[in-house]
Formats: sequence, structure tokens, C-alpha cells
Amino acid sequence: MAESNLVIVGVNHKTTPVELREKLAFTKGSIEESTEKLGSFPEVDENLIISTCNRVEIYARVNDVDKGIDRLKKFICDFHMIPYNMLDKHFYAFREEETVQHLFRVSSSLDSMVVGESQILGQVKDAYSLAKSLQTTGLILNQLFEKAFSVAKKIREETGIAESAVSISSAAVELARKIFEDLESHTIMLVGTGEMAELAAKHLISYGVKTVYVASRTYERATALAKTLNGSALDFEHFKTELHKADIIISSTAAPKFIITKEMVQTAIHERNNRPMFFIDIAVPRDIEPEVNDLENVYLYDIDDLQSVVNANLQEREKEAELAMGIIQTEVSKFNNWVDSLDAVPTIVELRKRAETIRVQEIQKTLRKMTHLSDEDKNSLHLMTSSIVNKILHKPTVNLKKKTQTAEGRTYLKAIRHLFHLDD
Amino acid sequence: MKIITFNIAMISYLLASLEYFIYLVYRKPGVSTLATGTVVVGLLSHTAIIGLRSQETGHGPYTTSFEVAVFLSWLVVVVYCFTHWRYKIKDLGSFVIPVAFLILLYATFLSKEIVNFPESQFRVLLTLHRTLSIIGFAAFAIAFGLGVMYLIQEKQVKSKKLGMMYFRMPSLESLDNLIYKAVAVGFPLFTLGFLTGAIWNIKMSQASLFSLDLVAIWPLVIGWVLYGLVFFGRSRMGWRGKKIAQGSVIGFVTVMLSILLHV
Repeated sequence: MAESNLVIVGVNHKTTPVELREKLAFTKGSIEESTEKLGSFPEVDENLIISTCNRVEIYARVNDVDKGIDRLKKFICDFHMIPYNMLDKHFYAFREEETVQHLFRVSSSLDSMVVGESQILGQVKDAYSLAKSLQTTGLILNQLFEKAFSVAKKIREETGIAESAVSISSAAVELARKIFEDLESHTIMLVGTGEMAELAAKHLISYGVKTVYVASRTYERATALAKTLNGSALDFEHFKTELHKADIIISSTAAPKFIITKEMVQTAIHERNNRPMFFIDIAVPRDIEPEVNDLENVYLYDIDDLQSVVNANLQEREKEAELAMGIIQTEVSKFNNWVDSLDAVPTIVELRKRAETIRVQEIQKTLRKMTHLSDEDKNSLHLMTSSIVNKILHKPTVNLKKKTQTAEGRTYLKAIRHLFHLDD
Repeated sequence: MKIITFNIAMISYLLASLEYFIYLVYRKPGVSTLATGTVVVGLLSHTAIIGLRSQETGHGPYTTSFEVAVFLSWLVVVVYCFTHWRYKIKDLGSFVIPVAFLILLYATFLSKEIVNFPESQFRVLLTLHRTLSIIGFAAFAIAFGLGVMYLIQEKQVKSKKLGMMYFRMPSLESLDNLIYKAVAVGFPLFTLGFLTGAIWNIKMSQASLFSLDLVAIWPLVIGWVLYGLVFFGRSRMGWRGKKIAQGSVIGFVTVMLSILLHV
């Protein structure tokens, strides 16, 4: 099997505490500087740096994997001026196909803190396009990253890894969309102006909710929040009589007791002809009487309920991650095959073998007719023909080896194999 | 020939039910399209059976119990196809196509003997009675499927235990609206069918409405009352959600029972 000479050295949220990670981060500017530096090392042929808040990784193609890994580790330490012995235990390093597998896991968000989150793919893409513009990547890393993007896409499409909501506010939106037909024609009411309530409201608005009411004990706060959400403020004493107008109610007041009771909701639901209502109680202590959930067509989720939805979804994602690993295994071996196909050595060996067979056949035919030659003469003829063959093949061999380091490598290999009938 | 065509239809529905179910549980891409294709194959052979049979008997498919059952199942599939095309409710097939299959399966146990349409001056009434009731019934079958979906989804959201089905099923509000639409189509037709049937019965037997076979008629009356409650409750009294879904599920079971006893 051919060797890709790919390695990766890095730290992430699993191996390294944030205090250390932040010291190791590369900015866009420092990436430019570092990749240039890396490129000047004789061990490093291609390199690329990914730096996010959860990980710092250098991918490289080197001419010797062990030396290359050492070189990259030392580089990170030197660049950030951190002693090697302090960092060494935090580093992870992979070589050859492990590198491929690692990158596929990273770009598909299997290695993320929240498995399935979509941000990482964008970050890897950014890192790749920066490296490409700096011309620090070549044939192998380019192919590796392009492949990593298509694997990530495939996993997103074929597994449920990114399907379910994994934050409180997205879980609330997901529930709202399972209760109501379309969010556009529905109304939300915020009771209290908590930060999380605002976040959930913004999330709902991004899904089309148009009408927003905000009620707060301090009217100024209600007005201010209503303004940012493009809604209207309600007098706090008023919200109870307006309750029936709202489809989704997000409550987040600091009130010590329940401010929305079962009776109030019963009246409201009656007034709205039993059209469903969704209560989201983000307040601690809770604002809404839990018995509200017993009413027909009324659904109440408090912060713990939402959190357990999120936890269940996270577990579901872990299961989907196993499916995704299957896809990654297949893709890693496909990538290996591609690397194999790049290797010039087997083709050169076959080419020489083919030439040698022809030479031996032909010289034997000739020698059979020229019986008068002495053994010495015969030997000279052998030497001469061998050296003709070698001379003819020398340049193509050298050029082929060089070309396989470039993007056109495969084309050359294919042409040679075709022209000399090596695949028959 | 007819047996083969009949079996193709029946087996297609069985296969389609399984395929819909596989799609419901495993979400294998393509299986949903395959299932719909299988339904279409079933429907084509099903249509062929009805055509062949009518040619043979010289009248429409509503004289013997066998014919009525075959026609009933056919209309359930036709109405399902329309709903599928118009509203694109994924997974509805998992709940409706098995019903069509079961009715056809039931039909295989019925006598396939050809009976002439009862000669009478009221034959129009009988034709009307059976056709209207059967179309109404097909709409109820759709409401039944939607009702089951609603109850599954409602249970998940209410109990806060969000399983796989939570992600699969459409929103409660859209199911609720569609159940009402299906009942709003089915109930008036079924009522007309019910009335024409009653009138026909009185005219034929010269008897009063109350001398009808009570065992056969009771489940039907209960079913009809249930659908009436669903229809008027939803349109006049603002009943929504669970009540409507439960009504359309129980209503369907009673009506199905009464039809088995009735025809």
C-alpha cells in the first residue's frame, strides 16, 4: 500500500483546557506567517492550519511521519512560546489513514463538543480556502479536504446527526412547529424580559412569527424589548386579559409565585375556541402552574422539560454518530485507494519489466542466429542492449516521479499505462 | 384472470403497507416513492377487477357484499391518492393503506356469486344509498388515519416524551384541520346515504323505520352520531384536537363494524 505521508498534530476541547487552548489559537494573520514558516521546513511538503475556539490542528504532508510529527509539535510550542514539556501531554497526533479519518470526523462534526453542530464545517472550509490562497496545500491535502467536505455533506443527508434541536431555544421552536401548522400566522407573547426568553422569541421570529407582544412589570423594559423584536408592549396588568390572543407564551419573570394559573388559561382557551396554546416557562422559580398542561389543547414546557428534550436529542445524535462512522470508514478506504493510484513506483517497475522482457526476447532471437560469437561478444551485446533500454527509460522515469507529485500525476500515470499496455 | 388481478391488488396493498411502515420507522430514502408506486399498481389492478366484474354482471359494483367490499376498498385508495397528492402528508399511507388491504382481505371470504340487481322501481334509491355511503366511508377512512396520527403526536407532545414518531408526524394543528376537512366531506355524504337507505328500506318493505334489523343498524347509528358530533362540535362549538381525533377513530371503527354486519 502506498503511503500518503499525511500527519496531523493538534489539541482540542477533549484533551486541553480552554486556558491553554486560547494561548495556542492562531489568528488569520498568524496563520499566514506560520504556514510560510512551516513550508520552509524541509520535512514539510504541504500544510494547513485549523484554529477554532475548540481546536487547533495542523494538517501536513511530510517526508517522514515521525520526524514530521515532532517538527509540528515543536513548531506549535515555539510559535506560541510555550515550553514543550508543558504541552506535550495535551497533543494528539495521527499518521497516514488515521489523519484522513480524523479530518472526516472533524468536518462531519463527530468530534465536536455538540455532535452534529454545523459551524465546524464552515470553519474547516474557511481554513482550507485560506491555505489554498496561501498556496500551502498541494495535490494530496487539496484532495483530502475536498473529500472531507463531501463526506460531511453525505453524513448530514444520510444520517439524523443534525436533525434534532440541541439547545433550549431551538427545542422550543421545534415544539412550536409540531403544534402549529405554520408559525407565520401565529402570535407570541413574552411575559417578563429574560435573556433566554428574548433568545427563544428571536428564534421563533426567524421562523416567521410576525406578531409579538411583550409584557413586563417595568413598562420601559417591555417597550425596549418590544422595539428590538418589532412587537408591541403591554401593560403588565393587562397581559392576563390579552392572554387569549397569544398562541405561544414565553414566561420569564422573577416572580416568586405562579403568575399564570390554570383558571386563567382555562378562560383564555375558551375565549379562543380551543385553538391550541403553547406555554414555555423559562423562569426559575416557575411562573406557570404545572396543572396548565392538563388542559386539552394546551401544552406547557418548563426549563427542565426543555432540557430533557435537549438531552434526549443529544443521545439520539450519539446513535446517529455510529451510523456516520460507518460512512467514514468506507470513505477513508476510498481515499486510500486514490492515494495508491497516485504511486508511480509500481508503474515504473512494470514498465521496466516490460522493456526488459522485450530486450531479452529480441537478443535471444538474434544470438540464436549468430552462433559464431564468443561468450564475451554475447555479453557485450547484452550490456549494450541493457544500457539502451536504461537510457531510453531514464528520463520518462524521473519525469513520471516528479509529475505524480502534481495534480496532473494521475493523467501521466494513466497515459503511460495505456501507451505501454501495462494493464493487459 | 380475475383471481390473479384481485390477488395483485391485494398483495400490492399489503406490500405498500409494509413499505410505508418501513419508511415510517427507518426513513430509508426512496422507500416512500416505492410504496406510492406499489399503491398505484394495486389501484390499477383493483380498477380492472371492478371493470371486469361490472361487465360480467351488467351493473355497478354495489349489489353483493363482495362487490360492495371491493368497491369500498377501491374508493379508500382513490381518496387516499387524492389526499396524498393534494396535502402531501408523509406517512398517512401507513395508516390508511392497511385499511384498504384488510377490506379486500375480508372480501376474499365473501361469496363471489353474481346476483342480479334487485328489480324494483326504487333501484335508483338503492344505488344512491350505496354509492353515497361508500364515498362517505372512504373519507372517514382518511380521517381515521389522520386521527391515529394526531393521537400519536398529541401523546408525545403532552407527555413530553418525544420519541421517533415526534420527528416523523406533522404538526397537530395541520392534522386537526385535515381531519375536519375529511369529516366535512364524509359526514354529509354519509348522512345522505343513510337517509336514502332508510327510505329505500321503508318503501321496499312497506314497514316503518323502526322495524329494521336492530343489530345491524345500531353500530351504524352510533357511528353516525359520533361523526355528527365531530362535525358540528368542530364547526359550531369550537371542539378541537384530541376530541375530534378520538371521534374520528372510534367513529370509523363503529361504522366499519356496522358495514360488516350490514352488507
